[in-house]
Amino acid sequence: MIRYIDEYRNKEMVLRLAGQIREATSRSLRFMEVCGGHTMAIHKFGIPSLLPGNIRLLSGPGCPVCVTDRKFIDQAVSYARRSDVIITTYGDLIRVPGSSSTLDAEKSKGSDIRIIYSILDALAIAKQNPGKKIIFPGIGFETTTPPSAAGILKAREEGITNFYLLSSHKVMPPAMEALIDEGVEIDGYIAPGHVSTITGTSIYRDIPGKFGLGCVISGFEPLDLMQSILMLALQMERGEPKVEIQYRRAVRPEGNPKALEMIRKVFEPRDDWWRGLGILKSSGLGLREEYSDMDAEKTIPVEVEKTREDKGCRCGDILKGLATPGECKLFDRVCTPLNPVGACMVSNEGACHAWYRYRT
Amino acid sequence: MKTNKNERILLGHGSGGKLTHELISGLFMKYFSNPHLDLHTDSAIMRAEAGHIAFTTDAFVVDPIFFPGGDIGKLAVCGTVNDIAVSGARPLWLSAAFIIEEGLPMAELERIVAGMAQEAGKAGVEIVTGDTKVVGRKQCDKLFITTAGLGVIEARHLGIGTGEKMIPGDKIIINGSIGDHGMAIMSARNELQLSSPLLSDCASLNGLIESVMKVSGNIRFMRDATRGGLSAVIGELVRGRPHGLVINEEDIPVKENVRGMCELLGFDPMYVANEGKVLMVTAAADAQKIVECMHQHEYGRDARIIGEIVPDHPGKAWLKTCVGGNRIIDLPAGEQLPRIC
Amino acid sequence: MCLSIPARIDSIEGDMATVSVGGVTYQANLQLLDDVQTGDYILLHTGFAIQKLDPEEALETLQTFEDFDALNRQMDEEEKKSGERII
Repeated sequence: MIRYIDEYRNKEMVLRLAGQIREATSRSLRFMEVCGGHTMAIHKFGIPSLLPGNIRLLSGPGCPVCVTDRKFIDQAVSYARRSDVIITTYGDLIRVPGSSSTLDAEKSKGSDIRIIYSILDALAIAKQNPGKKIIFPGIGFETTTPPSAAGILKAREEGITNFYLLSSHKVMPPAMEALIDEGVEIDGYIAPGHVSTITGTSIYRDIPGKFGLGCVISGFEPLDLMQSILMLALQMERGEPKVEIQYRRAVRPEGNPKALEMIRKVFEPRDDWWRGLGILKSSGLGLREEYSDMDAEKTIPVEVEKTREDKGCRCGDILKGLATPGECKLFDRVCTPLNPVGACMVSNEGACHAWYRYRT
Repeated sequence: MKTNKNERILLGHGSGGKLTHELISGLFMKYFSNPHLDLHTDSAIMRAEAGHIAFTTDAFVVDPIFFPGGDIGKLAVCGTVNDIAVSGARPLWLSAAFIIEEGLPMAELERIVAGMAQEAGKAGVEIVTGDTKVVGRKQCDKLFITTAGLGVIEARHLGIGTGEKMIPGDKIIINGSIGDHGMAIMSARNELQLSSPLLSDCASLNGLIESVMKVSGNIRFMRDATRGGLSAVIGELVRGRPHGLVINEEDIPVKENVRGMCELLGFDPMYVANEGKVLMVTAAADAQKIVECMHQHEYGRDARIIGEIVPDHPGKAWLKTCVGGNRIIDLPAGEQLPRIC
Repeated sequence: MCLSIPARIDSIEGDMATVSVGGVTYQANLQLLDDVQTGDYILLHTGFAIQKLDPEEALETLQTFEDFDALNRQMDEEEKKSGERII
């Protein structure tokens, strides 16, 4: 029995919750999750098959890989082609399609690209290879940004001068608001669980008042997801949209102040481009001026090819919940996990990938 | 027999001359010795019973070559034996060709060869012919082994390999826990610490399969689950066939520390490689006694019925999840782990 | 990527901890947290402990299911009696 996991996979409780959801409301409701981990869990456990027909789940732009600009990969590829560069990256990025190549393809051509689990491994590689530039492509939302911040601070502390971050870190709330502004019709958000362990509840504060949507911060086990859906259904039934924490064992209203302070110290907000949503104000994070010596973009000039998007790829619409993967003409015909066209299919957490594998 | 004086494999060991001769007689023959091999002929000549012959070939490139629970040699014997056994045939003779990287420590090669001999003896098969080549440094990664295997199969068992006799109502049985091999390799590669060691399940299953075939004449289909994991084999049960199947997730045995590693690293045990697991489809009436028969065998202690063939959703495999939901079981997407076997 | 997993702190050495999940041990950096001790459970993400798990809240979440059930049953009873839909 794995603690804090198995207790929340109790079948009897889950089925009872399914019954309670059925009884809670007969309204037609649509809830969106905006966290790749939720997308995966929902499909892996077969959650949609447990819900009554009046409640539908939609996948939103919660997968950091999926919303990242193709240009980011093109930049990483250009860096990878330099003989004085070692790319250290999380595994998720390795097969994401750029305009004409992937990091995986570059690796097989001989570029020094290493998959790491933690940014601390990248620092170790930097120390072992003083003659090389170690570049870390940083993606991820508020969950993954504190480790990047910690890595930058550690590099500074230890006097490591050959370590660089290529940042595409983003923050969630602007996307959550943009979706509604774009006209995506949902009744509530299953809010990201691990982002919220860092941010706390304040980032969702305005959403119920402004848009009439509930926000329930959910854990990742089946019990958590079902309870969150029940809480959202009850909110809608009562006409009381609000921010609630279902994932109380891990999320505190104030989040993780130490981690937030580290992010604030190292990063500053900037406008950023999201696949499917375009430019969103203050939605990205870039290194502050005093850390610009570790900013790959600012200190290592490189020529990047013109970004080329694939025609027919509907990742943008799918990320907004405006289309389902099945409605994309490329899905399963051309675009498969083995042969992905768009990021939604490459990433384990992408809506298309989950749809393909689990067909729920 | 001469002993080997060199501590490492040299290019000369593959050149066909004196060094090759020393290597073969001093190492390979020392461990593999049997009446066929001892004749030193270019081909082994065996007498087979009249009837059908099962024939398989395999290549082994696992990295690292030593892992908890086995090594590339043991894998080579087990993998080849199992390919024959799951077709319903009795494995008899193996060939083994070695491609060795210059510089491989002799002690490591000896350890592997000794292990192969031991496993072959346990499985009741003979390695009757082989070959040795040496390539320069970095031209292969330490050691690659290619095998072929021959066995004999009775006429009444001929449908087992194709699965043409599967019908709705048949039960699906697995002989034990899944994901052990893949996670053992992962733990070796990443030097992860484990409180209880995670061993590969690498094993020759012909003994287990033979005892099952003695208690039941109604084995419809067998496959060994290797790379691609359980899900790859499940796919083979339904793809292009007129029936579907349902698997009950809570009936699939998974060891605790395999689960822990999978959760930690983000793997789904159903997509993780195995090297000692056979999936059987059998007539419903025989399923329980087959499981009980397996429980008596060292490689079948955790055997379970995990699902059944159904007339619905032809060509598709569905999973009833541990919380009562439903979802499709699809093929692994080519990610997971490279050079797993 | 969002993958964060509950792990138990088995021992602490400076700003690193040895943590375990279902019998597998791993290293976690503790720089993002204050006030953690051996025996605590944390969420492990890309080699860092990002938050401490609260055992009391964890238990309460499980008990809530029992409560929901009891509450629902109670509401059903009252609904039947009064004939009105209670929200």
